[in-house]
Amino acid sequence: MHALSLVLGIPLLGGLVLALVGHWPRARDVNVGFSLWTFLAACVMTYEVIEGGPQFLWARQFYIDPLNVFLVTLTAFVSLTTAIFSRPYMRIEQDHGKMTPKRMRLYHSMYQLFGFTMLLGLTTNNLGLLWVAMEAATLTTVLLVSVYRTPASLEAAWKYFILCGVGIAQALFGTILIYMAADKVLGSEHATLLWTSLSDIKGQLDPTIMSLAFVFLLIGYGTKIGLVPLHSWLPDAHAEGPTPVSAVLSGLLLNVAMYAVLRCKVLTDSALGTQMAGQLMMGFGLLSVVVAAFFISRQKDVKRMFSYSSIEHMGLVTFAFGMGGPIASFAGLLHMTVHSLVKSAIFFTVGHATQKAGTQTMSEIRGLIKVNPAVGWGLMLGVMAILGMPPFGVFASEFLILTTAMREQPWATPFLFLALGVAFASMLVRVLPMVFGDTSLKRLAHPPALVPVFVHLGLGLALGLYIPPYLNGWYVAAARMMGG
Amino acid sequence: MSALGVFSQVLALVAALLLAPLLTGWINQWRHWLQNKSAPSLLQPYMNLHKLFNKESLMAEHASPLYRFAPYVVFGCMLLASAIVPTLSTDLPLSPAADAIALVGLFALARVFISLAAMDVGTAFGTLGARREMLVGFLAEPALLMVLFCASMITGSTSLTTMVETLAHRDLAIYPSLLLAGVAFTMVSLAENARVPVDNPDTHLELTMIHEAMILEYSARHLALLEWAASLKLFAYSCIGLALFFPWGVAEANAPLALLLALPVLVFKLALGGMLMAMIETASAKMRIFRVPEFLGTAFLMAVIGLLVNVLLGGK
Amino acid sequence: MIKFVPQLINLFATLILLLSFAMIAQRRIVSLINLFMIQGAALVAASFLLGYVTHQPELYISGTLTLLLKVVFIPLMLHRLIRKLNVRWDVETLINIPTTLLVGIGLVIFSFSLALPISRLSDSLAGGALGIALACVMLSFMMMITRSKAIPQVIGFLSMENGLLFAATTVTSGMPMIVEFGIALDVLVGVLILGVFMFQIREKFDSLDIRKLETLKED
Repeated sequence: MHALSLVLGIPLLGGLVLALVGHWPRARDVNVGFSLWTFLAACVMTYEVIEGGPQFLWARQFYIDPLNVFLVTLTAFVSLTTAIFSRPYMRIEQDHGKMTPKRMRLYHSMYQLFGFTMLLGLTTNNLGLLWVAMEAATLTTVLLVSVYRTPASLEAAWKYFILCGVGIAQALFGTILIYMAADKVLGSEHATLLWTSLSDIKGQLDPTIMSLAFVFLLIGYGTKIGLVPLHSWLPDAHAEGPTPVSAVLSGLLLNVAMYAVLRCKVLTDSALGTQMAGQLMMGFGLLSVVVAAFFISRQKDVKRMFSYSSIEHMGLVTFAFGMGGPIASFAGLLHMTVHSLVKSAIFFTVGHATQKAGTQTMSEIRGLIKVNPAVGWGLMLGVMAILGMPPFGVFASEFLILTTAMREQPWATPFLFLALGVAFASMLVRVLPMVFGDTSLKRLAHPPALVPVFVHLGLGLALGLYIPPYLNGWYVAAARMMGG
Repeated sequence: MSALGVFSQVLALVAALLLAPLLTGWINQWRHWLQNKSAPSLLQPYMNLHKLFNKESLMAEHASPLYRFAPYVVFGCMLLASAIVPTLSTDLPLSPAADAIALVGLFALARVFISLAAMDVGTAFGTLGARREMLVGFLAEPALLMVLFCASMITGSTSLTTMVETLAHRDLAIYPSLLLAGVAFTMVSLAENARVPVDNPDTHLELTMIHEAMILEYSARHLALLEWAASLKLFAYSCIGLALFFPWGVAEANAPLALLLALPVLVFKLALGGMLMAMIETASAKMRIFRVPEFLGTAFLMAVIGLLVNVLLGGK
Repeated sequence: MIKFVPQLINLFATLILLLSFAMIAQRRIVSLINLFMIQGAALVAASFLLGYVTHQPELYISGTLTLLLKVVFIPLMLHRLIRKLNVRWDVETLINIPTTLLVGIGLVIFSFSLALPISRLSDSLAGGALGIALACVMLSFMMMITRSKAIPQVIGFLSMENGLLFAATTVTSGMPMIVEFGIALDVLVGVLILGVFMFQIREKFDSLDIRKLETLKED
């Protein structure tokens, strides 16, 4: 049995099993177990790709190549660590009365199903199935965001559903247009939505159709990435859901949406021959970076602030991919990876902090270091990392992006520097009082799971200093594929 | 200008004069039957006209000359309109006098005069009716124009006779834009002819009237002319509808046999149309006045979309 | 007979567009659901007709799927929902109906101009219908934005899917089967979730007025 069937089958099975037993006290461990098993399967699959190169599976319906192999492992890994984090966290939430056993069942099974949809989206070769997986991911996370059933979370989930639903419908239209372009070249007998087959004929796809298709796809999937001005669902959804959900949303779902855009960009660039796709992405990316940075300076809620930071970083990644070229694409891929790791680590620590304080308002959280030094230092280091301090990985990728921008798109660099600077100052001003100073916080009943935080931060640091050769090879190969 | 042409024109005029009250009576009958009431005789409108012409005309003391000759103007406009619309034949010597756009202008002229006359005597209900009529007309006119433009885009001309000839000669085809235009036209004709759901012609409650309120003060021959003009307007609208959407059976130039056949065909088509109108009237409730702009706005937009669909689908 | 098929498809397309407009101008929720059902039926008829003419059995399957889902199951569910939620009153709009219709016209013109170069390139029977499908999508989108109650927003969402499916059916004779099934599943699950949500919202906010869901803003 191939590792991919395990990678996809285990989360699906987990979702079904936890739908039945998710309310048991032991369900949290079962959740971690399924995620661990998925991660191991993903490692096996990665090993196979290291040995054997890009792989086709199951009548070419699934395709693993350098672009998605590291994303699959990353997704499985962050799901695992978030599940570990979620164990004590949700237990405390249940003790505080914010969750009932019935909703825990929903939470656990949707968590696994969400993992399934993301992995399906990453590994499928069929653009239509990619769309289906994205929509399914939206549906599962809508249920996850609203799991507290407070008025604010219902509002956030409704807004999320409607806005992302509309966005994804535009992406469906784009997919239909791609199918139409393929139909013109291959004829209706052989027309297909398989990405690899489309990639073979990408030079012959009609430019008018493909340009319109890309615009719709960028708007559609861009809504899910959180590009300004389509981002208004993101702060609400990331802030109102339980913290494990915020972690996977910020860390993983944004990456999958970005991956979808990249696959389509490869087709569009060859079909068009112009730089239109890249310029659109640069425009949206830059706008997102600047707007998000300014919104950060106005935030009072800690999770909203970090979700705007996610918008900013995904905007930076979009900008990098828009610039194109080997270095910028490499930097974009690296940034996607380290952003996932560091942002989810931040959300872990923030989750513990908010649990201790009982509130998400930053002015009421003080002196974390005194109460629990690990949480305090974790938050401090995480924020340092995400703001781009060396030697963390974010510094490396941001450095590469900025230097490429200075070389190729000098008009954008003042905006980037301004935005990054504003974000730096605003976040530091808000986080420092949270970590240091006097405190009235107390310890909680159950010790938090802080191992994931430091594992993530450690990986983020490691990637800033040294990238393993096979990972480097994948980044370079993927960048080359995107460069055309 | 052939003799046959002049003959067909005169025949069309006479047919309009005679058939219009019949159409009104027919619709009235069907309305009653559909509502499970016993209906007046089919010839009742003729008897009404006869009665009114033989009565003595009473007028307000302060009525101006406008008040006196407005009914004649209105009647003249409607008669001319019926003469231009190709009901029986497309060979109408009078037709170069006015095309579709001028036809709309004719209706507007009639509307202006009747509104002025209603306001002339200074009664409250007259002014009420006049204001409402102008509102309805102001909104219905663009819709009607759009419908006519739709048809003229397909046929390449704004002259009604050319439109009918072109449409009748094309192969049997379904034009989606004409579907939209048809729905819009039905809505507009309901509004302009003071039918339910815009205005109830049977009502006796003055506050709900639009058309009836304007002719409250008239009597005898003036009232007869106005009633006849209203029937003619309905007849003209129905014939425009038939000309645009069901143009078959209308005689061409130099075809006396076809001319003879055109009359029963017209009667048959009008009968069906009248039944349809009665059904629509029975199935709808009169809507409140402030909803009328929405109703007519919808008609206008449907006609515009019909136009756009025609552009998009390339007249396929 | 074959000559009639493109015209029939265009007729269905126009009917679907007409229904989209009727839905925007509609005030009563029950009629809204019925209009949606008729729109689904028109879509099914177009699928079957195209399937018959182009000899592609997949279109029959996709038509049947749409029939079961959008003409039978979802309207039934929505009717039951509004009975349970007791929301039979008139729909309120954020901007009045004539203005909505005018904006709708603008959107239709925009969609048509966008789709015109592409429909010339399509060599399927019904390439011209792409503009109409896009216009339907835009109109449903506008319906979602300008309605202040939850149920019309849901119907707008579903009607948008109708427009997209129509585009897929006419322009490319449907999509690969697995994609169609996936889309249908997504729509079904989505509606079910929305149904559950509406109960939750009604419970917490005591009304289904979306304007009450605007508390989360920037400070």
